[in-house]
Amino acid sequence: MRLLIHNMLSSNIKGVINGFPLRIEVDKVEEKQVDFDAAFLRKMFHKIEWKALLDAALTLGYAELPEEAPDSSVLESDEFLQKFHHALLELDLEEGALVCPETGRKFPVTKGIPNMLLHEDEV
Amino acid sequence: MSSKIARIDLVSSHPEVYEPCDDSFALVDALLSDRTNLLDFHPRLCMEVGCGSGYVITSLALMLGQETTGVHYIATDINPHALQVTSETLKAHGVHAELIQADIASGLEKRMAGLVDVIVVNPPYVPTPEDEVGQEGIASTWAGGENGRRVIDRILPVADRLLSHKGWLYMLFLTSNNPSEICLQMKDKGFSARIIVQRATEEENLLVIKFWRDSPVQADTNGMVTTTKTEPFMAMGSLGSLFSRLSFWRSDNSSC
Ligand SMILES: C[S@@+](CC[C@H](N)C(=O)[O-])C[C@H]1O[C@@H](n2cnc3c(N)ncnc32)[C@H](O)[C@@H]1O
Repeated sequence: MRLLIHNMLSSNIKGVINGFPLRIEVDKVEEKQVDFDAAFLRKMFHKIEWKALLDAALTLGYAELPEEAPDSSVLESDEFLQKFHHALLELDLEEGALVCPETGRKFPVTKGIPNMLLHEDEV
Repeated sequence: MSSKIARIDLVSSHPEVYEPCDDSFALVDALLSDRTNLLDFHPRLCMEVGCGSGYVITSLALMLGQETTGVHYIATDINPHALQVTSETLKAHGVHAELIQADIASGLEKRMAGLVDVIVVNPPYVPTPEDEVGQEGIASTWAGGENGRRVIDRILPVADRLLSHKGWLYMLFLTSNNPSEICLQMKDKGFSARIIVQRATEEENLLVIKFWRDSPVQADTNGMVTTTKTEPFMAMGSLGSLFSRLSFWRSDNSSC
């Protein structure tokens, strides 16, 4: 699971008001090389919750992102885009869990695939 | 760029995962026939709901290209074996999609609303007793409940929510799903529809319908939905009038 997906996932358990961002528990991380595509990054930048990406990247061991949410002027900087690219698309959570911030319920991630199915009493 | 599709001999399998069949082929043929439009459209995020063996999402990724062309793919299924098989199928073809085990798009609906440019679905569409829907095992890959609509009717509002303002949905139906009624419902949500593949097999009459947002739909301050630019949709009574507006609908084939 790439952090792009992590940034799009939230806990939708019945009664949970703010299920985002899911906290990450790491058992195994992989880094995969992905072709750089500035147009995609510029488009996604506005949709990404910066703090969630920053924390997720830190959890996966990557500390190069700027701490403050940058404004869109950074989209002209190749150095920034490369880091953003790496955090968003190249860090892969292979094994671990995503934890609902409100209930602590764990959504397991196995072979890179998060299981977002709810139990019957959570729907 | 090549217009390859997934090779059947490279599609992985599992006893509880739906194997590519006439419906899967019809959906991929529909995507192929619309490939030029898709390339012009430049989607950024494409998604398949219910990916099964991965035959369709792999074919789409081969058709449109991967990161070099700036297209990203996401696929969901409710069945964990399906995701495993899809992962193997993708890998065997050297393409990538992010995989999520979900009920339709559970967990994605909030944050991914309005971000997906293309959604493709070959849903469980076979009319069956209601209690066969969503059971464990292979039956759940096709069991659709009354008129085959149980899962379909849950997918449509999710697709509406996830699709970007210019988003496209390609979905496979049987004529017994009453697709003309579905088109009318989608019209209410601001979508136009066109049949792009129609195919009669021995057992079933398959259709692939493409839906696209007509024009920006804006909610005004009263919460009333107003569409800009389009004329009000004509009298809803007659199915014939709906399908005569769908350019690919052939008048000699109005069994729908
Ligand atoms: C007819 S099969 C199509 C499989 C594959 N896309 C193809 O065309 O060959 C329908 C798929 O939808 C999946 N499915 C059924 N209900 C679902 C749900 N609620 N959410 C996600 N996937 C579902 C099934 O597991 C199955 O893989």
